[in-house]
Amino acid sequence: MTTHSNNHYYVPHGALYPVTISAGLLALASGFIFSVATDTNKDLAYLQTPGKWMMYIGAAIIILMTFKWLSAVVIESITGQYKKWEDKSFRIGMIAFICSELAFFAAFFGALFYMRIISVPDLASFDPLFTPYKDFLGTWPSVGPGGVVLGTEYTPAKLTPMGAWGLPAINTALLLTSGATITWAHWGLLKDNRKQLVFGLFLTVALGTAFLVCQAFEYHEAYTHMGLTLGSGAYGATFFMLTGFHGFHVTLGTIMLIVILLRSMKGHFSAKNHFGFEGVAWYWHFVDVVWLGLFIFVYWL
Amino acid sequence: MSTTTVAHHDEHTDHPTGIMRWLTTTNHKDIGTMYLTFSLIMFLVGGSMILGIRAELFQPGLQLMNPDFFNQLIGVHALIMIFAALMPAATGFANWMIPLQIGAPDMALPRLNNWGFWLLPPSAILLTLPFTLALFGIGDGALATGWTFYPPLSIQGGIGVDFAIFAVHLLGISSVLGSINIIVTLFNMRAPGMTLMKMPMFAWGWLITAFLLIATIPVLAGAVTMLLTDRHFGTHFFDAAGGGDPIMFQHLFWFFGHPEVYILLLPVWGFIPQILQTFSRKPMYGYKAQVYSLIAIGAMSIIVWAHHFFTAGMPVPALLYFMYSTMAISLPLAVLFFCWIKTMWRGSMSFETPMLFTVGWIILFGIGGLTGLVLADVAADAQYHNSYFVVAHFHYTLFAGGIMGIMAGVYYWLPKMTGHMYNEKLGQLHFWLTAISFNLTFIPQFFLGLAGMPRRIPDYALQFAEFNMISSISAFVLGLSQLIFVYNIISTARGGKKATDQVWEGAEGLEWTLSSPPPYHSFSEQPTVK
Repeated sequence: MTTHSNNHYYVPHGALYPVTISAGLLALASGFIFSVATDTNKDLAYLQTPGKWMMYIGAAIIILMTFKWLSAVVIESITGQYKKWEDKSFRIGMIAFICSELAFFAAFFGALFYMRIISVPDLASFDPLFTPYKDFLGTWPSVGPGGVVLGTEYTPAKLTPMGAWGLPAINTALLLTSGATITWAHWGLLKDNRKQLVFGLFLTVALGTAFLVCQAFEYHEAYTHMGLTLGSGAYGATFFMLTGFHGFHVTLGTIMLIVILLRSMKGHFSAKNHFGFEGVAWYWHFVDVVWLGLFIFVYWL
Repeated sequence: MSTTTVAHHDEHTDHPTGIMRWLTTTNHKDIGTMYLTFSLIMFLVGGSMILGIRAELFQPGLQLMNPDFFNQLIGVHALIMIFAALMPAATGFANWMIPLQIGAPDMALPRLNNWGFWLLPPSAILLTLPFTLALFGIGDGALATGWTFYPPLSIQGGIGVDFAIFAVHLLGISSVLGSINIIVTLFNMRAPGMTLMKMPMFAWGWLITAFLLIATIPVLAGAVTMLLTDRHFGTHFFDAAGGGDPIMFQHLFWFFGHPEVYILLLPVWGFIPQILQTFSRKPMYGYKAQVYSLIAIGAMSIIVWAHHFFTAGMPVPALLYFMYSTMAISLPLAVLFFCWIKTMWRGSMSFETPMLFTVGWIILFGIGGLTGLVLADVAADAQYHNSYFVVAHFHYTLFAGGIMGIMAGVYYWLPKMTGHMYNEKLGQLHFWLTAISFNLTFIPQFFLGLAGMPRRIPDYALQFAEFNMISSISAFVLGLSQLIFVYNIISTARGGKKATDQVWEGAEGLEWTLSSPPPYHSFSEQPTVK
């Protein structure tokens, strides 16, 4: 701590972005609640349209403000406000954030394991003389024994479970390759080889997009041909929630990659200073790791 | 070097004034003040809700409200007190004191810090809006499930449940952001020479809290998301017809919910030893033992969750595991108690208000801990589960152990924050009124629980009448005596006797080397710790 730059920590000036995003979140959340209020109370159907508009406005505010906030950060970065000390803060912060994301997925994996190991077999193991679920086998994939759900009869439909070795295997290959291409791009950045950086990032974005297209196709198949929907009992719920949240993260990751690609083309980042790139790369690897878990436990086993 | 640093900082000193200062601030003290003020306001809101409940329970029969509204008040009271009063208070102290204690210029991620706070008012709006909407005939009020959201009741509930789900989401984001910020600050912003094992105990308490929050809050977010999709998108996570299980929700919820207890208490366990050493005028006893105990408690708290629903049904080996592991937490906690007492032992003690609260806290929190051991016993819990015994137990841990600890912290640091001494006489009056009326409120509830009165009911059998009457009267005394606290804080903030830099004779640590109140930018140059 002998020089000015090492000793001075950059405390950014205040900004209205955070508080505006919070207001947007409030509009988004309450708008969503109003738009689905009719599910629990038929008298509230008139809230549906205003609720939807609140959602749209809220989402627009959030997207716009996130964009402005991040561009302010990018400007601070390229004007050289962030030195080693700040850089380390971002790194530790990103690691902690990714850990919290892992914990979020852990909740849904936990639900999957609980249903597969505990609740579904339990429903099939009642005394045959007393069981309300006579023909229920309790094998996985399960759509449940059926019964009355909140006053309406739920009859489990026949479905074809999603096999592992069709599209999902291709998707695995796509994501694993994209993990390799982004590392290759990183090597390019470290060698100051801008072409390799941009081309590597471009490949990664392309692979990520291809993954999303495959997944959209897979969902379409599931709904139209296989009878597999969000309402297909334990299997449908865990399948769509896990792959859906993962797909959402891939979408976010791809958008982040596109931003990083554009910034690389503009000449941002240097071999020494490129947290923005690395943060996105870490995030992308995290998405990759979660997918491997999904492939093994949701599709394969 | 120092001149350039100072000059650079002065550019930032002309910060906006008025409302814009608070909306846009990136200053850790401003944000800390907002957290603490928000916490105090929500403490009064949540408190008035429970006074409504105690008024209803003053005598048997339904007098003031219908049972549904009663249930709504109970659930929102708990959510407000836990998420909007206790947690923001601890985060407020973290914002104010951690940079001062570790010699940092500010928190590491100041804008994120601002967002962390500004997520709280929207969540408070989401929590309380259903009450207002119900007045205009929209929906049927707030969630009536208690703060635990258990399905199937929460799946059947009206829009109040949805509002609470999203409130929890926003509060969760806020806590995770706060935790990320604290972790980064503690790992990256410590003054040169301050190793981890030289960190102030408050920083240690918060470090472990932050790890717990990052590991568990997202699980709660996942659980309430499943609830949301079960309610609106036809999934069957918590419904046996589809192969799900309502008890799965209890597992997911308490996987978060049990560490949450320690999330609320660990920051307090951090600054309590600091207060003890200040007013005993001798160094803290067993610093290392305390740090290791805090880590052990944090780690163990994640693996004991199922003791919250022993009676829901689980295999006997699981019951035994959760019983023994829960009881095992009392070992590191006993180490902490021992260290706290040993810090006071043969010290040159004086009893200003912070110390009064701390000593009272040790005794009352001890009662909370011991009654917890009773509840951890599977056989005994079959009787106590869901009774008023549980209510009394967790108010001993969360009101005495949480809020009274926070109050000790407020009196301890208020002179540093405002630069004025608070009114000592009023402070002591506040302590004695709080301690006595708190005990008179909750000791009868232990007996009520033992006698079989279930919690969360608006009406009860006649034999419970006397104890409920005592409890209700004391609850109102307890509630009203908090007005002294509010008055004392406001009058201290507005003026009073000037506080010295050290404030307390025995106070040690970096935060006491700065002026009272500290300058807008605390350590423009980092101090070196030997």
